[in-house]
Amino acid sequence: MTPSPVPDRETPGRPPSSAAAGTGTRLDQWLGSYADRTHGMRASEIRALFAVANRPEVVSLAGGMPFLDGLPLDVLSEMTARVVATRGLTALQYGSGQGDETLREQILEVMRLEGIDAHPDDVVVTTGSQQALDLVTRIFINPGDVVVAEAPSYVGALGVFRAYQADVVHTPIDEHGLIPAALEETLVRLEAVGRRVKFLYTVPNFHNPAGVSLSAERRPQVLDIARRHGVLVLEDNPYGLLGFDSEPLTAMRGLDDEGVLYLGSFSKTFAPGYRVGWVVAPHAVREKLVLASESAILCPSNASQLAISAYLSTCDWRGQIKKYREMYRERRDAMVGALAEHLPDCSWTVPDGGFYTWVKLPDGLDAKEMLPRAVTARVAYVPGTAFYYDGQGADHMRLSFCYPTPERIREGVRRLATVVAGESELVELFGTAAGASDDVVQSPGPDVA
Amino acid sequence: MNPTPSAPRIVVLAGGLSHERDVSLRSGRRVAEALRSTGAEVTVHDVDADLVPVLTELAPDLVWPLLHGASGEDGSVRDVLALLGLRVLGTGPRASRVAWSKPIAKTVAGRAGIATPEFVTLPQSLFRELGAARILDAVVRRLGLPLVVKPSRGGSALGMTLVTSSDQLPRAMVECFSYSDTALIERAVIGTELAVSVLDTGDGPFALPAVEIVTDGPYDYDARYNPGRTEYFAPARLSDELAERVGAVAVAAHQALGLARISRTDLIVDADGTPWFLEVNVAPGMTETSLLPQAAEAAGFGLGPLYRSLVDAAIAAYDNGTATDHLDTRVTTDA
Repeated sequence: MTPSPVPDRETPGRPPSSAAAGTGTRLDQWLGSYADRTHGMRASEIRALFAVANRPEVVSLAGGMPFLDGLPLDVLSEMTARVVATRGLTALQYGSGQGDETLREQILEVMRLEGIDAHPDDVVVTTGSQQALDLVTRIFINPGDVVVAEAPSYVGALGVFRAYQADVVHTPIDEHGLIPAALEETLVRLEAVGRRVKFLYTVPNFHNPAGVSLSAERRPQVLDIARRHGVLVLEDNPYGLLGFDSEPLTAMRGLDDEGVLYLGSFSKTFAPGYRVGWVVAPHAVREKLVLASESAILCPSNASQLAISAYLSTCDWRGQIKKYREMYRERRDAMVGALAEHLPDCSWTVPDGGFYTWVKLPDGLDAKEMLPRAVTARVAYVPGTAFYYDGQGADHMRLSFCYPTPERIREGVRRLATVVAGESELVELFGTAAGASDDVVQSPGPDVA
Repeated sequence: MNPTPSAPRIVVLAGGLSHERDVSLRSGRRVAEALRSTGAEVTVHDVDADLVPVLTELAPDLVWPLLHGASGEDGSVRDVLALLGLRVLGTGPRASRVAWSKPIAKTVAGRAGIATPEFVTLPQSLFRELGAARILDAVVRRLGLPLVVKPSRGGSALGMTLVTSSDQLPRAMVECFSYSDTALIERAVIGTELAVSVLDTGDGPFALPAVEIVTDGPYDYDARYNPGRTEYFAPARLSDELAERVGAVAVAAHQALGLARISRTDLIVDADGTPWFLEVNVAPGMTETSLLPQAAEAAGFGLGPLYRSLVDAAIAAYDNGTATDHLDTRVTTDA
């Protein structure tokens, strides 16, 4: 039977006579019910453009997906089968809110590589370190409290701070990371106007998006400033073991176990699909984090924790990290080589590890405005404004080299060069210049590769 | 081809590589879901290297392209579908190409006696050759302010700016040229913004009730796809006479441009009650917040049955040789 379209149309060109004078609709009957913290959770042109970046035709230098093709899937497959066969009833059951004790002990071993000496009780396992960020913000931030963060800062952290209605104040960085004098000045300025700074958020190693690391000399200086001003340090360290040319620096948590909350993750050193991260915290903070985590998720996934635990105890995880470092170094070299060849009018950071380089565009160019042209040219990046709370960063873009092959990276940068040239011509033609943006620019999900 | 029209096998094309990929994917999913509710077998497919083999293998009764922007609406994908001998719902390649170019569509509509705001179409290269400042001065002198700057091709208001003072114009041009190498600059008509969808379920084109759009700023991407910033009135708050007139204008545009089965015309009615034609879409958005579905619901149509009636009408027209869908490469075309 073919359904009929219902209304009869005795008067062609007119809808059925029932069409009464319209009442307005905003297409969301719950519009008046949302919490203030949803402000900024919006569909945007930029996010729509990132939808195109998923296509294989596009060289995406936008996302932060690790390149997993080198993982020994056969070994992992056997390992996972063994976990289910031998510990299946535990793996599939609820577990401890703080996380599996064996895994917490193994995490200590991982952290020792960066000079952290802790006790398994200090560790709370989370669903990726992103959840740890959420929990820390949840237990410390009242609306209007200040978080001091690097300029620029990890977009995913800014999203969490925004969701808890924090006010983020940026403090500048240079090629050696946070600038101690500028940090002190920022804190003094905030205190002078009576603002309560709850914590300093920092990615000290192979910064996302800036690609720089906080130097060994500056680490104690930053900790000292934070201590004197009564500000907790939130050290987010997903990339610390992915240095290309040198041994890891001592983590800030390795220098101060009371004033630092440390976030770690297996997403970049092993695989993000397990969603296992952790936070190391002084005991009183840790108690609150466990309670907050239980109220959010009851417990982290036992299946993922036992799999990671088996991986750490039976596989050569140090060898895997070494492989990752070599692979990402090759990609970094491809990236900076291609930038030097094709984009001589830009400047960029040369990271010693991690996933990203931070590129400054020629004067007057706006990375967000340029993105549609880039997508047309089949290349994508993240505009710099995504990494600021206050609309700065229009003249920068983040390029990631973690996922595409060296050949694709070179091709992507070559395409980007034509985009930059076209945009430069436009800006010159119309005499416009990039300005601060009012928009909240969200980045793509990490999977946009 | 499947001989049983009661359970047609449909391929909905959604995605593609245009700036509007995301909107297209959402449109495709909504239409597929609505059609499935009527018992149709629906496959949603992206435009990629697998498409041609998949279409050959599936040999669907009908293809419904819900591709927004670039190759989806400029006729090129439709050309390929025609080359493959597939039955396609909607406007054919040649008329799509005309409708896709806003300046050409405006010219065609104007020739058919439909009012359309005065405009100029300027490629980026011309600014380079003649100097930007001189051209922009001349534009403002001739067309006055406010102006609307938009890419000459493309949808979802991407790259569109409402310019109220001449110092905003250079930036608007840069934004526009990020999306397209040719800009359409037109006199901004102040009035009631309307979208009028036109359908043909087998008895000739008819207009759905106009949807009135009220925003706290330009009806841009943000206002279109984030519920809340825009208030919609469906049907629009118009007198019967004016409602009739805007419907007639949309049908006239549909016919003048040789469109088939489905289209949406965007209009503004000024203070004197004159409907001004802005642009037309051969693959109107079909998302949760889109205008055509709102108009259909205001008219009392269920979306599933309505979309199904479009599909059945298209298939029947192909079967009896009267199809105007997508046939402008054949002698039977009226496009």
